[in-house]
Amino acid sequence: MGRIAEFIFRRRGGKGWHWTDIVTWVWLIGGLIIMFGPAVWLAFSSFKTPQALAEFPPSLLPYVTQTVQVEGYDKPLQLYDATLPDGSTAELAQVRRIGVIAQLVDPKAPGEIVKVNIKDLKPVQSIGFATENYTEPFVHFDFLRYLWNSVFVTTMATLITLVVNSMAAFALSKYKFRGQSAVMLVILATLMVPLGVIMVPLFSIINALGLFNNLWGVILPTVATPTGVFLLRQYMLTIPDELIDAARMDKASEWLIYWRVVLPLAAPALAVLAIFSVVWRWNDFLWPLIVLSRSSLYTLQVGLNVYAGQLNVQWQFILAMTVVTMIPVVVVFVFLQRFITTGIAGAGLK
Amino acid sequence: MARITLDKVEKSFGNVSVIKQVDLDINDGELMVFVGPSGCGKSTLLRLIAGLDQPTEGTIAIDGKTVNKVPAADRGLAMVFQSYALYPHMSVRQNLAFGLENARTPKAEIESRIVDAARMLEIEPYLDRRPGQLSGGQRQRVAIGRAIVRRPVAFLLDEPLSNLDAELRVSTRAEIAALHTRIKSTMIYVTHDQTEAMTLADRIVVLRAGRVEQVGTPLELFNGPANAFVAGFIGSPRMSFLAGTVTAVTGERAQARIGSGGTLEFVTTDVPVKPGDAISIGVRPQQLALGEGEGSLAAAVALVEHLGAETIVHAVAGEERLMAVLQGQLKIKPGDTVGFALAQAPLHIFDADGQRLNAPVEG
Repeated sequence: MGRIAEFIFRRRGGKGWHWTDIVTWVWLIGGLIIMFGPAVWLAFSSFKTPQALAEFPPSLLPYVTQTVQVEGYDKPLQLYDATLPDGSTAELAQVRRIGVIAQLVDPKAPGEIVKVNIKDLKPVQSIGFATENYTEPFVHFDFLRYLWNSVFVTTMATLITLVVNSMAAFALSKYKFRGQSAVMLVILATLMVPLGVIMVPLFSIINALGLFNNLWGVILPTVATPTGVFLLRQYMLTIPDELIDAARMDKASEWLIYWRVVLPLAAPALAVLAIFSVVWRWNDFLWPLIVLSRSSLYTLQVGLNVYAGQLNVQWQFILAMTVVTMIPVVVVFVFLQRFITTGIAGAGLK
Repeated sequence: MARITLDKVEKSFGNVSVIKQVDLDINDGELMVFVGPSGCGKSTLLRLIAGLDQPTEGTIAIDGKTVNKVPAADRGLAMVFQSYALYPHMSVRQNLAFGLENARTPKAEIESRIVDAARMLEIEPYLDRRPGQLSGGQRQRVAIGRAIVRRPVAFLLDEPLSNLDAELRVSTRAEIAALHTRIKSTMIYVTHDQTEAMTLADRIVVLRAGRVEQVGTPLELFNGPANAFVAGFIGSPRMSFLAGTVTAVTGERAQARIGSGGTLEFVTTDVPVKPGDAISIGVRPQQLALGEGEGSLAAAVALVEHLGAETIVHAVAGEERLMAVLQGQLKIKPGDTVGFALAQAPLHIFDADGQRLNAPVEG
């Protein structure tokens, strides 16, 4: 433990502070806040009540204003620390608010109404987790159906992506043919075409194929990715040609060479692509939104959209469900980050 | 068992011609070594025979059947690659079995062949390991084992020892020789190391720039190199060449003057010479002795290497460099002038184009 601390707090300046120590700490802590802050805010805010979310200035932790049941009132009343006109303070329950004046009662003596300016009120708060943000969508929102759709799309798209891309990469890395580099160039060039540009023609194709309102309409257009082909090709270039010659001498057909020799050896790159593909497909929003209009087919990301109405956005549910949908991606990253870093380094890809 | 015949085989990659008009006849059961400097096309030639590349011109036949159109897998050949090319994700056993499985050999047969090969190559303890867990020498055996289990008509070995350390190379070389004696298959062995070629080969093919320079048994090449290239390539240390000029010719006998020094007499057989022709006289360092008087060459010693049993002397005579491997420990220092008994040594005489003039010498 002492050695870890020594390692972490080691400074270039020794006992003192070199300016690079300061820059490093500022940079690292700043980076931590910028990268990790939104995720922390999301996680905490997903436990906030709608009132707490609307509060300004916003708080990081989910606070709940305490309420109290007062005789003569049907609903529980919110508790405030009020500074009374005579300078004394008391814990009072708010009955109603008219303009900037709040009408309060003492919970112990509910007969008398006290009028206080709202700037003299401070809500009595405690940390409380609004777990109903999570439980309620499971009851009202068709979470399991959306989850199933998302899992189906992600799994199928990833499997097909791996097969299709590795085949293309195999051909582009291990066969010599006329126009090889031209084909590679065209594939890479499609990297520069954003979805927005091809959205309309792509939709026409999907529609003509009868895949509108069909999960396959979400899956199929995404399976051939230039990034995947490039990543796998770069990796397969490092597999020695002699191995493939050896397999040929061993009477292996081209399919067997691909399946029994090249694919197993490209496993690290395949793992990277699988991770990427899972994250991409899981987080996909725009394309599924276009193709799927029946709510029973919605993926999670599209399903979340039902909480964003024209006039009313139910942030507490959106935040809670966002946390839920993030979990698989986070888990994938935590457990497979070793593959991701080696794969990215190996493919020279960002 | 196979006899492999190459007839006017040519290979070019685009405009670059790497194999030019190669005719070869490799006999059944022969261990033929292709040797030459790097880039001479020896590996390409092997790949053409294997069927991994297609010749641009000419025919390749195995046992009289033209195989130009037969895919590599169906030629009945097995290849051992320079990098061994073992499948890293398979165990040794799976590596050995892969080719047999693809050929749909029955399971029991595969197992018995693997056991046989493993016993022969002493790799039984490693059968369930991955290639990455083996040493270089063990990988080499597995690579050979993978070829053996296929029961090929011929083995093609592409610089199989180049990744081994010097000591292992010598012992593995002996094992390959023993293997060849035992299984009596045709073997084609590619190397750039002339020592390997000399020790292993039944016959050697010397290649340069895609052309066959000479084919013959090791001693034929050593005693009668057809040209200066073969003479320089075969034998270690390298043959010394001295430039000279023919001074007189009487019948088949000719006289020549070497540089500024001595006069030599030699017999021309293959190519006639006339006075004034430039020639090159080759002498092997091991066959050169010290000596004074008639037919000797005085040279200044530039460097002396004492190896204990022998002394290697690098000397300069005029413009010419000369090397001699002398027996025993001699008290020669750099700067000394010594005489070499050139006329008494077996000489290889080449004309200006490097073609041999005299008959092969006796060892």
